[in-house]
Amino acid sequence: MASGASYLEGERGLWSWLTSLDHKRIGLLYFFSVAFFFLLGGIFALLIRLELFSAGATIMNHDQYNRAMTYHGAMMVFFVIIPGIPAILGNFFLPLHIGAKDVAFPRVNLMSWYCLMVGFVLAAGTMYLGGVDTGWTFYTPYSITYKTVTMLMAFSVFVAGFSSILTGVNFVATVHRLRAPGMTMNRMPLFVWAIYSTAILQVLATPVLGITVLLLAMENIFGIGIFDPELGGDPVLFQHFFWFYSHPAVYIMVLPALGVISELITTFSKKTIFGYTAIAYSSIAIAAISFLVWGHHMFVSGQSEIAGITFSVITMLVGVPTAIKLFNWLATLYKGSIQMITPMLYAMGFMFIFTIGGVTGIYLATLATDIHFHDTYFVVAHFHYVMVGGTLMAIMGGAFYWLPKMIGKMYNEALARMSFVFVFVGFNVTFFPQFILGNMGMPRRYFDYLPAYQSLNRISTVGSWMIALGFVLALYAIVQAVFRGAKAPSNPWGGKTLEWTTTSPPPHENFEKTPIVTAGPYEYR
Amino acid sequence: MFGWVPSASASTFMPPAATEVAKQVNSIYAFMLITSIISFIILIGGMIYFVYKYKRKTAADQTAYITHNHTLEFLWSFIPFVIFMACFGWGTYVYLEMRNFDKTGLEINVYAKKWVWEFEYKNGRKITPTVDEKGEPVPSTIVVPINTPVKMIMTSVKVTPQDKAVLHSFFVPAFRVKQDIIPGRFTALTFTPIIKGNFHIFCTEYCGTGHSTMLAKVKVVSQEEFDQWVLGESGGGSGKELTLADKGRDAYAKYACIGCHSLNGSASTGPTWKGLYGSTRSWNDGGSATADENYIRESIWDPNKHIAKGYEPNKMPAFKGMVSEEEIAAIIEFMKTVK
Repeated sequence: MASGASYLEGERGLWSWLTSLDHKRIGLLYFFSVAFFFLLGGIFALLIRLELFSAGATIMNHDQYNRAMTYHGAMMVFFVIIPGIPAILGNFFLPLHIGAKDVAFPRVNLMSWYCLMVGFVLAAGTMYLGGVDTGWTFYTPYSITYKTVTMLMAFSVFVAGFSSILTGVNFVATVHRLRAPGMTMNRMPLFVWAIYSTAILQVLATPVLGITVLLLAMENIFGIGIFDPELGGDPVLFQHFFWFYSHPAVYIMVLPALGVISELITTFSKKTIFGYTAIAYSSIAIAAISFLVWGHHMFVSGQSEIAGITFSVITMLVGVPTAIKLFNWLATLYKGSIQMITPMLYAMGFMFIFTIGGVTGIYLATLATDIHFHDTYFVVAHFHYVMVGGTLMAIMGGAFYWLPKMIGKMYNEALARMSFVFVFVGFNVTFFPQFILGNMGMPRRYFDYLPAYQSLNRISTVGSWMIALGFVLALYAIVQAVFRGAKAPSNPWGGKTLEWTTTSPPPHENFEKTPIVTAGPYEYR
Repeated sequence: MFGWVPSASASTFMPPAATEVAKQVNSIYAFMLITSIISFIILIGGMIYFVYKYKRKTAADQTAYITHNHTLEFLWSFIPFVIFMACFGWGTYVYLEMRNFDKTGLEINVYAKKWVWEFEYKNGRKITPTVDEKGEPVPSTIVVPINTPVKMIMTSVKVTPQDKAVLHSFFVPAFRVKQDIIPGRFTALTFTPIIKGNFHIFCTEYCGTGHSTMLAKVKVVSQEEFDQWVLGESGGGSGKELTLADKGRDAYAKYACIGCHSLNGSASTGPTWKGLYGSTRSWNDGGSATADENYIRESIWDPNKHIAKGYEPNKMPAFKGMVSEEEIAAIIEFMKTVK
C-alpha cells in the first residue's frame, strides 16, 4: 500500500473488510452492525410504546408484548450498549489516542467482532423457535419453563460475552504495551482511562455471565439442581450470579460514555480538563466499587435485611466518584471558550440527563424508598436516564465529534443540531413521565395498566416518536456527510489529543511517524 | 386527575399514604427531592450559566489554565458523601421498621399462582378471584381491620403438577411495601393500615403472560366491620369453613405424621410438635436453626437435610410432591397451636 493512503483506500471489496485486521476498519464493522442492532432494538421499543399508548390490548397480545419487551432489552443491552462505545469508538480511537499503530492483538480483535455476529445470529434464531419472553434478565424459574429456546438465547449471550472479554483483554494489553514514547499513563487522554477501566471490568465480570449460563445448561441438560427449587436449587442464587455480572455491566455501558464526555468538554471549551487525576482515578474507583453492589437489585428478593443494608451503603459510595466527575466537567467550563456545536450540545445534553439519572439512583439505593420504587416505572426511567441518556448521548456526541476523522468528511451542522434537539427533547418527554408513573406505583413489564396511568403513558409514547425522528435525522446527517460532505481538515475542532495530528482519515498504520509525546493531553495554553 | 383516592399527593404524585411507614417514606422522598433539585440547579444551572458567560468569541480565545483546586474538590466529594450517608441512615431506619414483625395482630397466608392471588385467613376463609354475572373477572379482595399490624406469609404455588411455580412480588403502593414471592420458600411482609379504603395490590416481579393482570385489592375497614366480615355474615362466606389449623390437624392425620410426632411433648421416632414452632433446633452435625416456616417446610419436603439431635436419619420419607404448599401452610398453623 502506498505510504500516505488512508485506511479507507487500498484494498477494496467486502471481503477485504470482513478479513481486515486494521482496528479502524474493525471499528467501522462494529459501527454498521451495532447500528443495525440498534435499529432492531429501537423498533421493538417503538412497538412497546405504541402498545402502551392506551390501556388494554391495542396492537398486540400479552405474549407478543412480553417478547417485544424481552428482545428490546436483550438487543439493546447485549448487542448495542455493551459493545457500543468500546467496540466502535474505542477500537477506532484507543490506538490513535496513545500513538499506536494498532491494537495489541489485531486478529483477536477481528475474532471478537465475529463472536458478536455469531451471538446475534443465535439470538435471531430464537425468534424462529417461538421467541423468548423472559425479560432480558432471564430470571429462574420462569426462564427454565421453556428450556430449548431459553438455552439458545442464553448461549447467544454466552458467545456475545466472548466478544466483550476478548475486546477487554485486547485493550488492556494495548494500553500497557503500545503507548508511544513519552505517553506515560498520566498523559493518556481521559477517554483512554475510561476505556481501560471498562476493559478491566469486561475481563473480570463477563466470565461470571459465562459461568451462569454454563450452570443453567448443567441444570437443564443433566438435571443438577442449581436454580430450580424443584431440584433443590435456589432461584435467588441465579439473581446473585446474574447481577454479579450485570451490575458491573452497567458500568461497562456507562464508563466509556464518561470518557467521551471528558474529551468533548475540553475540546469545545478549549481548556485543559479540571482535575485530570480525579477523573481518571474516579473511573477506576467506579469500576472497583461496581463489583460490590450487585445486591441493590435484590432488596425485595428475599435476601436478608443485613445484606440489603450492606449493599445500600456500598451503593451510596458509587455516588461520590460520579459526583466528582460531574463537578469536574462543570469546573472545566469555567473561564473556557465554549463553542456550542453539535458534539458539545450532545455533551451538555449528557450532563443534563446523566445528572437526573444519577440523583434518582440515590432514591433507589436508599432502602425505604427503593421498596416502593423497585420494579416500577421509576426504575425504568432511572436506568434509561443513565444508560440511554448517558451512553447514547455520548455515542452520538462522539460520533459527530470524530466523524471527520473517521471518514474524512464534515457533516452538515444544521442537520446534526436538529437531530440533537429531537433526541434530547424526545428523550425527556419519553422518560420523565415514567418517573411519575413509578411514583404512582405502576409496575414495569406491564402489558396492560390501570386507566389512571393512561395520560402519562400517552405523553411517553409521543416522546418515543420524537426520539425516532431524531435518530433518523442523525442517520441522514451521517449519510449526507459520507456522500456530500466537505473534505475534513486534520484537526477541525482544534483538539490536542494525538488523533488530530494525523490526516483525516488516518493512514493504514495511523501515523506517518510514531509520535513522541512530551506533554499531557489537554495543554491549551 | 389520575384516579387515585383524593388524598393522593398532587405535588409528588405519590399514592395515598395509608400506613405510618408510608408517611415516613414520603418524608425521605421529600428530603431527597429537594436535595436533588438543589443539586440539579447547581450543576445544570451552573453549566448553562458558563455556556453563556464563556461563549467562544474568536478562534484565538485564550483560556485560563486551571488544573485543580483542593478545597473545591474536597467540598464536592465530601458534601455529597454526607448527603448520601444521611439518605442511607434514614432509609435504613425506616426499612427496619417496615421489616419489624414483632407486633403482628393478624396473619394472612398468600398463595401466588400464575396469574391470580389467593389468600387464606386463619379461620379457614379462602379468598379467590371470581367472575361477576357478565363474566368479567373480579380479582381477590382481602379485608383487613384498620390500625392492626397484618403479616402476609407468602409462597408461590404451581397451577398444575407439571407446571413450574415462578417468582411473583406482592406490592401495595399505598402501603409502600413490596416483597418477592419465591417458589420453595416462605417470605413475609407486614403493614399497619391507618386509613380506610380500597387499595390496589400488584404483582411486581415478571411472571409471564398474565403478569399485568395479576391484580388484587385490599379493603381496610373498621375493627367491627372486620369482625363481622370474618365471621362470614357480610362477606358472602358461610362462616363454617374449617380453620387453617383444623386443616393442618387433618393433614397431620392424613399423612400419618401422628405415627412418629406426638403432640403431648413425648419423644417418639421423631420430635414432638409440642412447642416446636419458633424453638431453636440443634442438629446432630452441631448446627442449629430456628424452626420457622421455611425450616418446617424443608423438614417435611427434605427431612434428611438436617437431623435434630438425638434422632436418626432416614427414618422419615421425603414428602416433596405429596404435601402441597397449602397443606404445609396449614400444618405450620396447626403446629403453632400445639404449645
